[in-house]
Amino acid sequence: MTGALLRIDNLSCRFGGLWANRDVSFEVEPGAIVGLIGPNGAGKSTLFSMVAGAQRPTSGRLEFDGRDVTGWAPHRAARAGVGRTFQLMRVFGSMTVRENLTTAAFGRHSRLRDARRRADEVAELAGLGPVLDSPAASLTAAWKKRLEMGRALATEPKLLLLDEVLSGLTPTEAREAVEIVRTINRGGVTILMVEHVMEVIMPLCHRVVVLHYGQKISEGTPEQVAHDPTVVEAYLGKAL
Amino acid sequence: MSAPTVLRRPSPARLSGPTGRRLPSWGTAALILAALAAYPLVFADSAAHNIGILALTFGIAATGWNLLGGYAGQVSFGHALYFGTGAYTTAALVRQGWSPWLAIALSLPLAALLAAAVGWPCFRLRHHYYSIATIAVAEIVFILVTNLPGLGQANGWELPVVEQSLANLQFSLLDKRPYYYVALGFFCLAALAVWLFLRGRAGNYVRAIRDDQEAAAAVGIDVHRYKLAAAALSGAVTALAGGYYVMYVLFVDPPSGLGLDLSVSFTLMAVLGGVGRFWGPLLGAWVLVFVQDVTRQEFSGSGRSVDLLLYGALIVLVSITEPGGLLAIGQRLWAPVARRLGGGRGGKAAPEPAGSAEVKP
Ligand SMILES: Nc1ncnc2c1ncn2[C@@H]1O[C@H](COP(=O)(O)OP(=O)(O)OP(=O)(O)O)[C@@H](O)[C@H]1O
Ligand SMILES: [Mg+2]
Repeated sequence: MTGALLRIDNLSCRFGGLWANRDVSFEVEPGAIVGLIGPNGAGKSTLFSMVAGAQRPTSGRLEFDGRDVTGWAPHRAARAGVGRTFQLMRVFGSMTVRENLTTAAFGRHSRLRDARRRADEVAELAGLGPVLDSPAASLTAAWKKRLEMGRALATEPKLLLLDEVLSGLTPTEAREAVEIVRTINRGGVTILMVEHVMEVIMPLCHRVVVLHYGQKISEGTPEQVAHDPTVVEAYLGKAL
Repeated sequence: MSAPTVLRRPSPARLSGPTGRRLPSWGTAALILAALAAYPLVFADSAAHNIGILALTFGIAATGWNLLGGYAGQVSFGHALYFGTGAYTTAALVRQGWSPWLAIALSLPLAALLAAAVGWPCFRLRHHYYSIATIAVAEIVFILVTNLPGLGQANGWELPVVEQSLANLQFSLLDKRPYYYVALGFFCLAALAVWLFLRGRAGNYVRAIRDDQEAAAAVGIDVHRYKLAAAALSGAVTALAGGYYVMYVLFVDPPSGLGLDLSVSFTLMAVLGGVGRFWGPLLGAWVLVFVQDVTRQEFSGSGRSVDLLLYGALIVLVSITEPGGLLAIGQRLWAPVARRLGGGRGGKAAPEPAGSAEVKP
């Protein structure tokens, strides 16, 4: 294995008296699909926000693609190759789906024609064809999640942070979305994804990191993690 | 699943409707230009020409405002500052014997710089805090110009009447058509500049910023930088209006060049015509100037808070009842006609993805 694409080193984030993340360390190797799981409020989204530059870490270090990116502004992180989705979807509501994708594609293509071509490629890949000309605000939650994924992908990221893009979907929709995630990954994009549904994580992820009360409590293959007593205890009362 | 409510931020105070809008096509632009060019020939009296000149001039300012307030979603109530920058710079230089063309041209980068300088700290503020900051800055400048020596103070400045020529930007007051056509030329210039900005990457970026700043940053948009760019162009365009206005009336004082009611009237024009719509501000300016002429109201510089109250009330009224302004009403009325003609096509509704969008817990 060559160097990690993302190196999270003793990362902490405190909100007042609450440690949303505390001394979290792990690595994401290039080409992998890594799962990030944990009960509600474990600090998964906060960790994503820090990696994407939207949240300043209280302490610790972030290294992405061989560079120290700790405390970078979100647009710089995006330019460097970190793409993200928002758990509470934040599409550009006044724009059509195509315009959403084009806007994201402008990061790597300054000409409208090139950005549009990239947008159409992404739409094809993410299965956004049927809603391409719809205003994003009018989309259902399922479509918005898919648009979130497509928009992040349109920035041509090296690392894609997916925050619960599969939850809340019907089984059919979820299966489709899993296929899309696989395809994106096969295209060379490394993926770090937050997910609650273990049935999704198990077959999809190469490796899983478990957060609980802001701290990493386990890490390993989906198999290992699922049988880790600490993890089972953290989820006690919840079906794994 | 309980999503942390802390991550939910209030939706921004916005003056625009929720639907995406196209930029104008060349066809629409040509049609509107033709109508504008024909106007002073159809309405031949001097009063109509005066209305047209003021409507185009304030249409320029409102179009400038719309770039920042409508498209980029940064609602400014201090744009009189840039109008005043155009007016005062032009007045100062013309009084020194400069060509008004050069004077106006010089005022544009000045206003752009000023707008960027104001935006630098103010854009750190969100939504209504930003709007309030713009009022404060403009009012401070108003008070400074009124009281400090050097800029005519409260008495204002008169510009010298010189030989009538295009070079001097002074024409006969009996036949005002030259004033009108120069105003039209300036309006085209302003519209072109705004259109060029909005057409490509920058236009997409500022609309993304208006819709959702966090999401914009997440796709790599330098939010602060693009707000500043929009503010700079918006300021320059508004200054163009101020520069030409002062050449038309040959006078400027703080209320007519820097008044708060002037700032609010730009907003009202855009809102009335259709905020975030390309031709909205021009339409709004035309309607407002016309109404003011009919009711024999002073256009600006009356300094009366009654106008301000009326403007504010109208902005609120339009924003609540029809956020798309007169253009949206027009489009709604036109849609059935267009459908019958077989030309029009509305936005498609979003179909469901495979299965339904039922959210399971
Ligand atoms: N901006 C903030 N200010 C204060 N507290 C916050 C903020 N963001 C998150 N928190 C708190 O930090 C903790 C971790 O939140 P986070 O959203 O990261 O959890 P999560 O693992 O993503 O949870 P979920 O599964 O519900 O999405 C929670 O207790 C949350 O309330
Ligand atoms: Mg979360």
